[in-house]
Amino acid sequence: MQRRESSKTKQIRQVLHENQTDLSAYLKRTTEPGKHVQNNQSSHGQTNDSLQDSLEHALSYFEKIQGSVSLKKSSILQKHLTTVESIALQRGLPPEAFGVLLKVSLSGRLADTVNTRLLKSLIPALVIPEASVVLAISLLCVGKCSGNVQVLFLRWLITVFDFLDRKKEIHALYGFFFSFLQDDKMCPFVCHLLYLITRKENVKPFRVRRLLDLQSKMGMQPHLQALLSLYRLYCPELVTIVLPGNRKAFFKNPEGPWKAAINAIKQSKQENSPVPLPLSLGMAQPRSRKRKWNTQLTIPATSANQVNFKENRGKCFGLSSTNETFPVEQLKTFSQLLRNIHRLEFPSQMGSVLTNPLLLHYINCMKDESVHLRLYYWMGHILQEECSWYVADKQQHEEFKDFLETVYRSECFLQEGFSSCEEFLYKSLPVWDGFCCRSQILRLVSWIPLNSFSEMKSHVYDPLAQLFFTSSLYFKCSVIESLKELLQNWLIWHASHLESELDPPVHSLNTTLCGLVDKVAELVHFVGWISTIGLHMEDNSSFFLYFILDFYETVCDMYLLHNLPLLILPPAGVFYPALLSMDSVNLNQLCYIMYRYRTNLVAAKENEQSKKKILQFKFSSQTYQEYNQYITAMVGCLWTSSAFQKDTHPQGLGMDDELLKTTTVQEYKHSFNIVHHPAMMGYAVLFVKQAWPDDKTFNFSLIKGKKWNWYLEYLYAQGLNGLKVFIESSVSRVSQASHSKA
Amino acid sequence: KKNADPQRTAFLLHKQWTLYSVTPLYRFSDAHLKDYTRLLSAFVAAEKQKGLAVEIGVELDIKVAFSSLPDLQGSDQDQAAILVQLFLRSSASKNNSGEKLLWSGWFCSVSGEDFSENKPEGFTCLPLFLTNGAESYTAIVGSWFQKTFDCYFRRLAISPLNLSWMAAMWTGCKVDKTVPALELVFSVPRLPQPLDISYAIHPEDAKALWDTVQKTPGEVTQEEVDVFMDCLYSHFHRHFKIHLSAAKLVKVSTAIASAHCDGIIKFLQSQYLTGVLMLLTELAVSQIQ
Repeated sequence: MQRRESSKTKQIRQVLHENQTDLSAYLKRTTEPGKHVQNNQSSHGQTNDSLQDSLEHALSYFEKIQGSVSLKKSSILQKHLTTVESIALQRGLPPEAFGVLLKVSLSGRLADTVNTRLLKSLIPALVIPEASVVLAISLLCVGKCSGNVQVLFLRWLITVFDFLDRKKEIHALYGFFFSFLQDDKMCPFVCHLLYLITRKENVKPFRVRRLLDLQSKMGMQPHLQALLSLYRLYCPELVTIVLPGNRKAFFKNPEGPWKAAINAIKQSKQENSPVPLPLSLGMAQPRSRKRKWNTQLTIPATSANQVNFKENRGKCFGLSSTNETFPVEQLKTFSQLLRNIHRLEFPSQMGSVLTNPLLLHYINCMKDESVHLRLYYWMGHILQEECSWYVADKQQHEEFKDFLETVYRSECFLQEGFSSCEEFLYKSLPVWDGFCCRSQILRLVSWIPLNSFSEMKSHVYDPLAQLFFTSSLYFKCSVIESLKELLQNWLIWHASHLESELDPPVHSLNTTLCGLVDKVAELVHFVGWISTIGLHMEDNSSFFLYFILDFYETVCDMYLLHNLPLLILPPAGVFYPALLSMDSVNLNQLCYIMYRYRTNLVAAKENEQSKKKILQFKFSSQTYQEYNQYITAMVGCLWTSSAFQKDTHPQGLGMDDELLKTTTVQEYKHSFNIVHHPAMMGYAVLFVKQAWPDDKTFNFSLIKGKKWNWYLEYLYAQGLNGLKVFIESSVSRVSQASHSKA
Repeated sequence: KKNADPQRTAFLLHKQWTLYSVTPLYRFSDAHLKDYTRLLSAFVAAEKQKGLAVEIGVELDIKVAFSSLPDLQGSDQDQAAILVQLFLRSSASKNNSGEKLLWSGWFCSVSGEDFSENKPEGFTCLPLFLTNGAESYTAIVGSWFQKTFDCYFRRLAISPLNLSWMAAMWTGCKVDKTVPALELVFSVPRLPQPLDISYAIHPEDAKALWDTVQKTPGEVTQEEVDVFMDCLYSHFHRHFKIHLSAAKLVKVSTAIASAHCDGIIKFLQSQYLTGVLMLLTELAVSQIQ
């Protein structure tokens, strides 16, 4: 079928190409973009109106046609048939045409070649009136047309099913369609049609028996399997079927000659075609290999609870109509979810929600403990069963990786970690080699919940630190990144639960604010510690430093952004390597972070002063002191060229003049200001080149006074925004002073 | 427990049962065993002939029977055990009740109340599952339970440590009849050919040894178990110069029951059936949690 379709489009394209030489056709196409022209006759200057007229003529001809007319002999029939065909292909047929044409083609009055050509040209422009189809079905029952025409009609109906204006009466004819099943030729297509129109109330024991009879007569047929599976879906208490795992499609492509034409017309109207619902019956995923029972890593397919006994207790599997639940297999769109949310039931195997975003939405708004417990047991089972770190089987390894990936994606979607996954991490991190499923494991770490009761140090930090110190730079960066994600997730969790303070169970024993603050502080200190050592080991790699500073970008804003009364400054082992970094990106990042620390500390101080009594938390004076030490060092370094004198931090730059002199560096005082700083010198060079194009000596001392301010402007224009906000907030007065001095 | 009739559980004895742990069953109810029979028998038929639909409620080649085993309860809080059996209906002897037992499996929980308490409504805790028959049927029945009650099965292996507990505890049990020997089977690791060592001890000797080791009757400690096993090991070493402690204990056979480390058990004494099941329930629960 596929091949025929493409040859059809090729044909159309060819026609178009031939017409390209014909100027009038070309002009017509350009004025009416997208109108496909079938033959030259109709394209020659025919306007819309005349097309309309000729179609009307043709229709009235077919309406009145009596007796058998031979196509070969009757040129009128030939002409009208061509008109119908060309108009159908160009723009589709209007609703009123279907009654007439279906009637004539199914009445058996004309030859089969004509009937076939007519049926093939039944391409809807907009909609198809249901009445015309009902009429056609009654003709089908009379049985005047040949078997080929009957089959063609059914294929047409399946293809254009969504174009019917209403389907009520079609549904009422269910029994008629069902009776066509006995016809061997029509059976596959009738099954497909029944598949489209079956509702729960259509599934009756006698029909089930009839289908089973057919099955025993014809054996395993995909179309029967599909229909029976649908029956099982609606009435699992009547019939059951296990589908073989390798089946890809149930129905042969029935689209025939129509689909391409419909699509072409649709495209010419530039409509977005609605996505057709794919036929899926929750077929079992193909199993990749044979393993012992129940050791496959498969996420179950979504399927409804087989039988809900609660609903029809006492009754003999009654067909309850009003309280009917919506089968999860049929849940395909978000709007369906919204419409049926009150009568949706969870799938029989909770694990299937992981691969179904709609159900993830659903469990997100359900406060049902059993949901989580079912997920917990299932996931715990899989993770335990599959967690064999040193598996030799590569495929098995890949599957496990994919599974972890799926779990992670669901956690991101739900914005919440799974407790079975948390337990899995606690159990496996101590024995992890740091290599197997690395990115998956590290990402899962970022969803360890803040409110868990477990000891992070022994379960997570210690094993991670061991791996961290013995692994590559890349691994180190990944660890810092996932801990940053962890911190962010904790902060977001905290902020959102602070808003819904009304929820009393949230702040139970261990999750009091005090407990949370301690836990976050523990994480930040841990990262500070491994970063300090890591920077030593990696020779202050600016790549690594980037990840560390990224972490601190979150830390410095915890108070203002996430309402957590906690501020922790980076350790000297991070601060000084960043301040003296060779890379302007790091330096700029550090400036931004110090600016945010300042903003947070100022806000905290103001809050403290305005409402002293309610604050149970207060930043210690040590935090302020530490900040001030850092800021003195930074300003001394970058701005006032007095770092060596003023830095009082024990691990800082403070150095004796005598000692500095022994380095024989001239002008050592300026060495780290924004002109001479190794991270900035590149900018300074470019600036000097632009400001003094003739000067070949790169005399940096020229940058002073007014030029100094220009240089600053130049740096800001280069995107050093961190530097900008830092200088504007922390050294503005000095800048004013130096400005006025100049 | 109170009115336990050994006759009704006699069929569980002298058979090999493969052990599984099962997570709590969701929405399972003893009241619907009849319906489960109909659904499971159709499912078995559909699984056996993949791709063919099967009508539910008709008579099929394989008959399924669900029943409750109230005799296997350790306490009143325990859920009644559930027995599932598959019978083959032979067409030849249809009239004279020609049903052949193909497979049986049962769920139970003996003194598992610590596990079952605080479970939300809708969960039934029967953490131990035992099967006898072809694994293909276990797979079919197991998948049906997993699909229908959202539970998960996992093989329950018995560690050497737990096997040594069984050896000690069961040696101490009183049995009326003449008693077979206590037999311990060890496998020696890292040899080119597999080597199993079977160590049989006269039951009265074993009992006498255990009685000297056990301090308080009715109570067993890890220390006592270690002492008991060490005595047996040193006795063996004296005769054969082989350190059994370096080998892996794989099987224990006593008058009460025999257990294999792969998770296979055979019950031999009906009076100790619930006692053994209590221990196995404990092992199953610890595997789930």
